[in-house]
Amino acid sequence: MMRHLISAADLTRDDAVLVLDTAEEMARVSDRPIKKLPALRGRTICNLFFEDSTRTRISFEAAEKRLSADVINFAAKGSSVSKGESLKDTAQTLEAMGVDAVVIRHSASGAPYRLATSGWIDAPVINAGDGTHQHPTQALLDAFTMRRRLVGKDALGQDLAGKRITLVGDVLHSRVARSNVDLLHTLGAEVTLVAPPTLLPVGVEHWTCDVSYDLDAVLPKSDAVMMLRVQRERMNAAFFPTEREYSRRYGLDGDRMAKMPEHGIVMHPGPMVRGMEITAEVADSDRCTVVEQVANGVHTRMAVLYLLLGGNEPAVSHARPTDSENK
Amino acid sequence: MSKILIRGAKVLGGDVQDVLIDGETIAAVGSGLDAGDATVVDAEGQILLPGLVDLHTHLREPGREDSETVLTGTQAAARGGFTSVFAMANTFPVADTAGVVEQVWRLGKESGYCDVQPIGAVTVGLEGKKLSELGAMHDSAAGVTVFSDDGKCVDDAVIMRRALEYVKAFGGVVAQHAQEPRLTEGAQMNEGVVSAELGLGGWPAVAEESIIARDVLLAEHVGSRVHICHLSTAGSVEIVRWAKSRGIDVTAEVTPHHLLLTDELVRSYNPVYKVNPPLRTEKDVMALREALADGTIDIVATDHAPHPHEDKDCEWAAAAMGMVGLETALSVVQHTMVETGLLDWAGVADRMSHKPAEIGRATGHGRPVSAGEPANLTLVDPAYRGEVNPAGFASRSRNTPYEGRELPGRITHTFLRGRATVVDGKLA
Repeated sequence: MMRHLISAADLTRDDAVLVLDTAEEMARVSDRPIKKLPALRGRTICNLFFEDSTRTRISFEAAEKRLSADVINFAAKGSSVSKGESLKDTAQTLEAMGVDAVVIRHSASGAPYRLATSGWIDAPVINAGDGTHQHPTQALLDAFTMRRRLVGKDALGQDLAGKRITLVGDVLHSRVARSNVDLLHTLGAEVTLVAPPTLLPVGVEHWTCDVSYDLDAVLPKSDAVMMLRVQRERMNAAFFPTEREYSRRYGLDGDRMAKMPEHGIVMHPGPMVRGMEITAEVADSDRCTVVEQVANGVHTRMAVLYLLLGGNEPAVSHARPTDSENK
Repeated sequence: MSKILIRGAKVLGGDVQDVLIDGETIAAVGSGLDAGDATVVDAEGQILLPGLVDLHTHLREPGREDSETVLTGTQAAARGGFTSVFAMANTFPVADTAGVVEQVWRLGKESGYCDVQPIGAVTVGLEGKKLSELGAMHDSAAGVTVFSDDGKCVDDAVIMRRALEYVKAFGGVVAQHAQEPRLTEGAQMNEGVVSAELGLGGWPAVAEESIIARDVLLAEHVGSRVHICHLSTAGSVEIVRWAKSRGIDVTAEVTPHHLLLTDELVRSYNPVYKVNPPLRTEKDVMALREALADGTIDIVATDHAPHPHEDKDCEWAAAAMGMVGLETALSVVQHTMVETGLLDWAGVADRMSHKPAEIGRATGHGRPVSAGEPANLTLVDPAYRGEVNPAGFASRSRNTPYEGRELPGRITHTFLRGRATVVDGKLA
């Protein structure tokens, strides 16, 4: 396992499967009356959030606390520059206080990479979302959810080979899309992006996925459809004409969902914009995994923190021998 | 003033000659010249060029003396072989009045390392709304002939048209920073394969090319000359080539960094590679080299852009755009153009001295190396190989993209009107 987690593209297939397998073990812990492991006792983790994100921060915090780590939350609204203090100074201050790992969320693409590679600090860096670049733990929790639903709970050691995954929406501004394309490809899935051409980046043709402008044509061949959030303000920058037109062409409603295979699931990284990319009917249906994704996020982040910081001991005593050998 | 005999240099990379400097002037060029009482500079194996002229330098004074001053900037220029630099107008306050350009001009005189020719802002405060007093700047002691809002594009077509027309009255030229502002809102790097992956806002080639296309057509319509700053794309080359074939009076520059570096370097998220216009692709780099070789691009200009360390030691989006370039320009040109066989040393003298002096009307610079001409000269040791070490820069700033990179060539001597400003690679 690597020292930092900056990009989903840095994970090998075996790394990723190890995280998913470890997350299954963590999930079992969460089913116990006492949901706590001693793995990171005495370790201090700082959640360094330069951008508001209550859900991601709470998810990391829950994961850290379940591993018995001491947690420091640092919320710096706006950019480091507007605060007058540089990212470098903030990071060095935290390290001087004895932080063992930094979970960073930043509006600037590449900020976690800079933090990990500039020699500013030594602590492991975990990217909790940077600009429009990457959000690797989101991709891992999504893959975990897909594996559970599409392969099975006893899928330890397995990847997503041959699964057909469709991502729909604002790919251009989405770190979730970038991370998912990278990780799903690594795990053997076939990925298709569906979006209006304005919301796909120039250069997308070099990505390891297919691209379509036609959602209806792709749905019957999708084992999972992930709806990406579309911010209403994109409309004002002429990415699409109106909210209603976007919904008609790229939104997922009950009729469209019916075109999916029976086993197909609907995913969303949240927060959903109901009535825009997804209707309430779909969001509240059994096929929609949004709430599961949130729960899985804690298991997956526990696995990432454990593997990056926890050393070589098996996470829990009942870990299967075949897995612990890999650690 | 004393006499100096430069012994055994290859003049413009050609025949080995001796060059005798007497006072401010080249007294004689020939073989076996008698040294007499002159100080002898042994230049065996070295190339003698006319002092280099940089049409595009940011000296930062007044206003950002923490990154560069006219003194440190001209010292860096001398070390890079330059005897004349054109100082861009985006200072604080902006060089949009006779008072500011005269201040910069006077600071240049006082430095004594390199002539400083101020560039005047086309519009008041670089805001693109209202013409600056271009005539007053021309008539001032600074004698401004080049006008530019560099850093910003003169994007209003009417303002650009008027500026092109107006400066004809005194032989001026407008140097355009070609960047369509709406297409580059939030732009952080070249738009393409790499930006898509890195999630950084794209600066599309078309934002440069569309402005160049418009401006060459405007220049044709009003019969003016126009100069294009830091051309960076293969498409821009095609447009300028077309314009020249049509007889439009357009000149263009390319920076050393656009001749060498590509957007692949941005994968490091290291802001030392953040520059405007951004680093482009390999295809663009090759097109720019060819265009410089065939004369479509007229000159090399450094776009020397000093920034203090803290403005680069941060996350990409927060970092300032720009790179220092005066002290590495000739090495990069030797590496990319001479050693690739695209340009000989006479060609280098043309692109880095004769032509920029001609475009900027820098009298006394860019002249032939012959008797009677002003002794603005520089000596290059082309066999030198060494890693770029910013700690040794004369510039106050260190934001070079070449740190640790091996580049060929070294300026050993620079002479400004007969006075040595650099001796054995060190400031004199």
